[in-house]
Amino acid sequence: MSKNIKLMQGNEAVAEGAIIAGCDFFAGYPITPSSEVAEFLSSKLPKIGKVFLQMEDEIAALGAVLGAALGGAKAITATSGPGMSLKQENIGYASMCEIPCVIVNVMRGGPSTGLPTLPSQSDIMQAKWGTHGDHAIIAITPSSVNESLYETIRAFNLAVKYRTPVLLLTDEIIGHMREKVVIPDKSEVEIIDLKLPDVPPEKYNPYNYTSGKVTPLAPMGEGYRYHVTGLIHGETGFPSQKTDVIQNAENWLIDKIYKNIKDIEKFEEFMTGDADILVVAYGSTSRSVRQAISMARAAGIKVGMFRPITIWPFPEEQISNLSKKIKKVLVVEMNMGQIILEVQRAACGSKVYGLHVTNGEPITPDQIFAKIKEVSEN
Amino acid sequence: MIKTKFNYDYYLRKNTLPHIWCPGCGDGIILKALLRAIHKCGYSKDEVVITSGIGCASRLPGYVDFNTIHTTHGRALTFAIGIKMYKPKLKVITISGDGDALAIGGNHFIHAARRNIDMTLIVFNNYTYGMTGGQYSPTQPLDSFATTTPFGSIEPPFDVCNLAQAAGATWVGRSTSYHAVQLEKFMVDALTHTGFSVLDVITNCHISYGRRNKMKSPVEMIKYQKEKAIPARSAENMSPEELTGRFKTGVLFETKDNPEFCSEYHKKLELLKTK
Repeated sequence: MSKNIKLMQGNEAVAEGAIIAGCDFFAGYPITPSSEVAEFLSSKLPKIGKVFLQMEDEIAALGAVLGAALGGAKAITATSGPGMSLKQENIGYASMCEIPCVIVNVMRGGPSTGLPTLPSQSDIMQAKWGTHGDHAIIAITPSSVNESLYETIRAFNLAVKYRTPVLLLTDEIIGHMREKVVIPDKSEVEIIDLKLPDVPPEKYNPYNYTSGKVTPLAPMGEGYRYHVTGLIHGETGFPSQKTDVIQNAENWLIDKIYKNIKDIEKFEEFMTGDADILVVAYGSTSRSVRQAISMARAAGIKVGMFRPITIWPFPEEQISNLSKKIKKVLVVEMNMGQIILEVQRAACGSKVYGLHVTNGEPITPDQIFAKIKEVSEN
Repeated sequence: MIKTKFNYDYYLRKNTLPHIWCPGCGDGIILKALLRAIHKCGYSKDEVVITSGIGCASRLPGYVDFNTIHTTHGRALTFAIGIKMYKPKLKVITISGDGDALAIGGNHFIHAARRNIDMTLIVFNNYTYGMTGGQYSPTQPLDSFATTTPFGSIEPPFDVCNLAQAAGATWVGRSTSYHAVQLEKFMVDALTHTGFSVLDVITNCHISYGRRNKMKSPVEMIKYQKEKAIPARSAENMSPEELTGRFKTGVLFETKDNPEFCSEYHKKLELLKTK
């Protein structure tokens, strides 16, 4: 069977992935460098009978996505930088009310308006902690255009499976570069669809905090009438201030993600078998690291890479295990030091070094190779 | 349209009662009018979606047996647009207070009106942020008092209806929680109108607003509603001086000429299908 291969932009690959995943609804607001996701979907979705909306602001965009998702839509929005800050309120709502949706953040430099047209990876901690209150989140960091397509599909699947917002964190480099993409047929990829509850409406509770299983979200308008509120609620969906209900609800939001970490996690190990130095990198930065590793290997330094693809929940166990045999760990990221904090926590037996560049340019293989040499001599 | 005898119990989620509203609050009167109006329209409980934001009024959806979404502060219309666009057959109603609809949600208010999407917004307009203890709202009358205007308000208030009409709403009306019969009638009008309908309902918060403005009992506030309301037709013959401190009630604007957003979008999808 001949493969369907296309040259595509990263943002286009996200749009393509969304459509393969069965996306019914997009609402967004223009912002660089993510706007092409909206542009591509504005021409594709109406042609297949789906909804595209450009809303009045970023908050409205996610609000509309959540409204559609409660109606049973597979829904997505895309944004960047300041737009991501505005979305935080409704990300909290989606977490609390367990509404599946995909939120793409094509990361650019910040804080504030920052560097609209230049890349960064400085929204990693915001992805986890950006909204108020305790909750867990799933965030994914693809490192190529091809991976952007497949990880968008996976983001939709995880959103449905765990009834949670899933963040897809690309960056300006991945979003705007063009690469080869192998477009799969729908039959070649796993697609998880929303399912109706297996109980009749009168027995349906929209939440379940104790069985360990995620209750299917009944699409509104199909006979399952229930209440959704951002207030802490019990299993019936109605607000509660009972201490046990509150604690169960809080535990559940964390447990449903962390107790399923084996299903959610995804990572790549590259030449770690004999490595004396482990580089941890994700997203576009991992591409420079790969080149730096060849340079280091040619110079006789044994270096490998661990690349989280699911970055939240953080692959703590893998880092911890690797750090038992690799005593030097270097974290390379386009921010002033974010995921390094997680690595330090997980790799407590090892010395952890950081290379953090936020000058609007990608971190080059030369810069990384120089840092590897420094670490190896240390 | 009406198939069965009306019964409040059929529409209420009695296990969620009593409600959180203070004794004498006007919100309960509006809730009851809404249930009667929905019944008159003949909608099934499954086809009605009610979204709300944050505040006293926005607790309404919890008490009524429809598909109900109590969203984030000011954002109820955005959720409503999402579900309406995805499932156009649903009857979507948004409940909002004056602060929720016009301050934090002002942007969504004008854009929902501009799109003329087929939904109904009911503003429970009590001139105050009741739930947070009576701070001044964007509809609070000039020179009146709130916990954050201890020396009298110097901010001109929004006229909800003028704003809605200017922004593009195609059905605009105003009533009060005193005029319970008229309120129900206007709700039926608003719900059955095709396009974005905005019903401004002047209601009483004697606890947070009235108490600071010489109307500390529900009775005084209801008298205020009765005396200050002036039917739009009567207002036509009155001078600006005579209208000072009063508000017009009635169906203030209605047009069927403007395209409705949701059906326009879905018409376009049909066109694309045949291409």
